[in-house]
Amino acid sequence: MAYDKKHAEHAPAGRHNGHSEEHLREKHLMLDPLPRGQMNDMVMESMLEKPTWKYWLVVGILSFIVVYFLFYKWSILIMKGQGEAGVMRPDYWGIFLVNTVFWIGISHAGTFISAILRVFRAEFRRPFTRAAELMTTFGLVQAGFSIFMHMGRVWLAYWLMPYPNQRMLWPNLHSPLTWDLLAITTYLLSSTMYLFLPLIPDVAMARDRSTGWRKTFYKTLALGFRGTEGEWTHLRNAMNIFAFAIIPVMFSVHTIVSWDFAAATRPGWSSTIFGPYFIVGALHSGMGAAIVVLAVIRGTMKHMKYFIRAEHFDAIGKLMLIISMAWAYFFFNDYMVQWYGGDKWTQQLLHFHEAGPMGWMWFAMLICNVAIPWAILWNPKWRATPWLVGTVGIIINVGMWFERYIIIPISVTINRMPFTWRLYEPGIEVPMGIGTVALFILLYMIASKLIPLIPVWEVQEGQMAHELKKFGRETVVSVSELE
Amino acid sequence: MVTLSDLKISEVKLGEEQTGKWGMVIDQDICTGCQACVAACAMENNITFVGEEDSGYGRSMHWIRIERFWEGEYPEVKMTANQPMLCQQCGHATCEPVCPAFATVHSQAEQLNLQVYNRCVGTRYCANNCPYQVRSFNWRDYQRPEPLPNQFNPDVTVRRMGVMEKCTFCIQRIHKAQDKAKSEGREVADGEFTTACAQACPANAITFGRVDDPESMVSQLAKRSHGVKHLEELGTLPNVTYFKGG
Repeated sequence: MAYDKKHAEHAPAGRHNGHSEEHLREKHLMLDPLPRGQMNDMVMESMLEKPTWKYWLVVGILSFIVVYFLFYKWSILIMKGQGEAGVMRPDYWGIFLVNTVFWIGISHAGTFISAILRVFRAEFRRPFTRAAELMTTFGLVQAGFSIFMHMGRVWLAYWLMPYPNQRMLWPNLHSPLTWDLLAITTYLLSSTMYLFLPLIPDVAMARDRSTGWRKTFYKTLALGFRGTEGEWTHLRNAMNIFAFAIIPVMFSVHTIVSWDFAAATRPGWSSTIFGPYFIVGALHSGMGAAIVVLAVIRGTMKHMKYFIRAEHFDAIGKLMLIISMAWAYFFFNDYMVQWYGGDKWTQQLLHFHEAGPMGWMWFAMLICNVAIPWAILWNPKWRATPWLVGTVGIIINVGMWFERYIIIPISVTINRMPFTWRLYEPGIEVPMGIGTVALFILLYMIASKLIPLIPVWEVQEGQMAHELKKFGRETVVSVSELE
Repeated sequence: MVTLSDLKISEVKLGEEQTGKWGMVIDQDICTGCQACVAACAMENNITFVGEEDSGYGRSMHWIRIERFWEGEYPEVKMTANQPMLCQQCGHATCEPVCPAFATVHSQAEQLNLQVYNRCVGTRYCANNCPYQVRSFNWRDYQRPEPLPNQFNPDVTVRRMGVMEKCTFCIQRIHKAQDKAKSEGREVADGEFTTACAQACPANAITFGRVDDPESMVSQLAKRSHGVKHLEELGTLPNVTYFKGG
């Protein structure tokens, strides 16, 4: 396969003399097969491993943050009103919407990794598709929470749903927010189904290897999957359909989120490039978050060093670098087109971005999103170092959060009525935003103990397809077509 | 030669052809910035009392505000004309299409932008999309200090926390006048009633009336050459005309 061959060439000529069979096996998971039973046991062990006190400590702290910062503070917000937050005229939208866009962005990585890379048969994706899909679903949960926090009367949120009622009142389909709600709901449902389908063979595997309540749990989830030829054919068909169908859904979701801003008549928002700009931004933060998750899983869970290797960090690192370049291009594009338009309010706003009181954030965004990734990810050795790319992933996410902060509360500071200009000072949004981060991590930690984080069948399938052949003194990787 | 009708393209209806029904003229040259209109509006429309702290943080609740500007740097400051700013009752309002719950709608009968308080869920998109920034949000359930709770206007509902509100052109007065005229079997006469802000203005800087009636006072005034409509370039078709430097 092209990727592997190229990669093998990249490898530094060390003691294994580059192309030796042993070296290739050590580097690539796909060329390093283990017996199926052993691999299944490894995944089961990593899941069933008795949690250490550290695990419980972290879960305890996170639960406290979720209960206090997310739910308790939210109840205060509901009782006392949006005045508890920092929103006012003209910053009617604040950090809650920043977080909504941020979490939807994070959720894009899952689909990108597992659907797009699956469709393009990128073999390195195999061990971490599930980890990425979980991010999608859990990220969307946070996005949903964030947008409901933002509403002035959240107890009436069901009015935004098209449901039959006596007064024949329907949501306004002219409103970008209605499109947004429909798009996010569609994405949440389809990504959850897409998470579930490849999970079926793995929970069936777990069902056959567990007892007690876990047995019942996996039995229910596995839907009686036994691994017959017919079941595999159906599953493969369903996954194929979903993999192709979810890609346009993913693209539409963030485009529609960007329309909340692009369709408005505000300087700085009314930009035609927002759709692709937002999608690239979403992938940027999503890949960053995915690599953090992988680094943490690899560092903390048993047997994960076998499944998640330097080659995976290297591959995602390359993607991060490309996406960072694409983001820089779209950022420049957005800036340049708006500046060239010459609208005086936009000019004022663009100047306010870099020279206003929040100018430090604008520069920090460029450093985090462009300078640091470019400075580190070009180097194959650095980009294969888990802690280093993980740190870059965190930095990118900070930068992307800044980007959304600049687009929402900072940009709405400047409008066409100079009398109302005022800088936004966040209030209760900050602890509640931290609460969503804690809930995301908590859900992930609980899930890591409940479902196999590694799609074992996908790894096994890949390993069966890969073969090392010898032509003379040269070892060559060959991949056969299984499907 | 191919014409527009051959291509079956309907001619674009120009915004200027659409006239509103009720309109206002504000003469900035005679406005003294006394805030009487702001107080009168608050009394008439049961506008809540926000208090010093929230008001100082951009959460002031007024349906009309006096914008004051100055030129130059301190101490050489020159005040420019005061600018009363209220909902422009746009003919093509940007606040209306963005509401996901149909809480911001256009009145067919009165040609005004209505806010349906009990339908509002508080997404605040309308206020974000209003180029005039004249919408006010109920950030909290504010308490009215004594003796304000004793002077509610029974014709106007009170609003609770979490809903958007804005100038209605005193629609309760419009309806009262229309009902009275109807019961007497006649049309509403020009100047028979006016909005609270126009009524309270000691300098008579605000004139309210029918803009679709060419004989009305407000239409006559609006024809004066130095009248401008704010942010007209956005295509919002505002119904308030301002005079400055006339």
